[in-house]
Amino acid sequence: MMLEVKGIEKSFDDRKVLKGVDIKVGKGDVVTIIGPSGSGKTTLLRCINFLERADAGEMIFDEAHYRMDAMTKRDIAALRRKTGFVFQGYNLFRNKTALQNVTEGLVIARKVPKEAARNAGLRALEKVGLADRGDAYPHQLSGGQQQRVAIARAIVTEPEVIFFDEPTSALDPELVGEVLSVMRDLAAEGRTMMIVTHEMQFARHAANHVVFMDDGQIVEEGRPEEIFENPREERTKKFLQTVREGFGGKL
Amino acid sequence: MNDRVWQLLLDSFWQILLPGIRVTIPLTLVSFALGLIIALITAMVQVANIPVVKQIARFYVWVIRGTPLLVQLFVIFYGLPSVGIILDAIPSAIIVFSFNTGAYASETIRAAIEAVPVGQIEAGYCVGMNYLQIMARIVLPQALRTAFPPLSNSLIGLVKDTSLAANITVAEMFLAGQRIAARSLEVMAIYCEVAFIYLLFCTVLTKLQTYCEKRMNTY
Repeated sequence: MMLEVKGIEKSFDDRKVLKGVDIKVGKGDVVTIIGPSGSGKTTLLRCINFLERADAGEMIFDEAHYRMDAMTKRDIAALRRKTGFVFQGYNLFRNKTALQNVTEGLVIARKVPKEAARNAGLRALEKVGLADRGDAYPHQLSGGQQQRVAIARAIVTEPEVIFFDEPTSALDPELVGEVLSVMRDLAAEGRTMMIVTHEMQFARHAANHVVFMDDGQIVEEGRPEEIFENPREERTKKFLQTVREGFGGKL
Repeated sequence: MNDRVWQLLLDSFWQILLPGIRVTIPLTLVSFALGLIIALITAMVQVANIPVVKQIARFYVWVIRGTPLLVQLFVIFYGLPSVGIILDAIPSAIIVFSFNTGAYASETIRAAIEAVPVGQIEAGYCVGMNYLQIMARIVLPQALRTAFPPLSNSLIGLVKDTSLAANITVAEMFLAGQRIAARSLEVMAIYCEVAFIYLLFCTVLTKLQTYCEKRMNTY
């Protein structure tokens, strides 16, 4: 296992959002996390990258053990340099061009020489189909293009695992496809990905492992066919039923 | 108005403009530059939530914003000598104006920093940057863009506020005007002329502000 977390707990004020979650990601795995709104999926992802500090939990990353509630800034920084994160709201640096957004983490955080960073940045932009938009500022790009730049920014550092937090939820429906297509390409390249998503088709067909969460816990997990065709748990069945109705039964 | 008044206005124009160029403008620019440095530090220690230093910053802003500028000038120039600290008029004025600008501008900058979406900072952490790198490269550039119009306001305000320094013997534009008015007795004409020159300075600054804002609108 490349990344393993055990017993993550997290409360906001008095509300317990994560009630002891265990999750494992092996090299090359594409894990999708599905579940109703408010089930704790996003919080789980944010805790794993320490955007939120878990109240309890243990993490094993590249065979090193950490206590998640007592990580030093240094450990967190080292860990983040091995990961990439794609946000629901893109969060591109508004004062930087697309290319600068992509190279910032190389030049500033990793001290990669400018020229090498530029080449890597252009390659990453090419991979997401935006090689010609490197000089554009975020506000000059569509939502789908911004999210693709954000993906380029996440992959340019060659992270060991990339986290996606509902990457298509903020997009207009006609722009969802271009982002999912880039993500499918990444999955096909064998990149390790952990994806919180509401796109059930994608969750099913791009993943090799599906996790269903509800009420701060993992209710059920397994291979996509198992979860989508033969869910064992009542809550999983109910959730999939509701989602299918929303999509006219086409899943 | 008769020819004599016109002639007086013409003659006095340079006599007022000159101290404007020699004193008012340098006094404004130096005080504003120092004020911005003070403001940036004051805002940063509050945003970064550094204990004790943060409380000192709040106290400083509270005192400066809660007392009249003219009184501050008097305290520094006329008051301090009684406790053995004697400062010349111009250094006194620079101290007061820069700390005054610093207090007001720090609130502007603090608000502008806090207006930068938290997602920008999170994205910075996620690409591996540390707090200072994120501040210097992502947050501050965006905040200063937001803060630019209100800071320009402060600068324009400061140009006019420097006229208060006439009260502590700084030979700036207004003091020059007062002397000419007293000598010539054409009070109305001379003070209007002084006002006109301030208006001139502020118009240039306003134009400059518009130009800079246009140039900064790349993002």
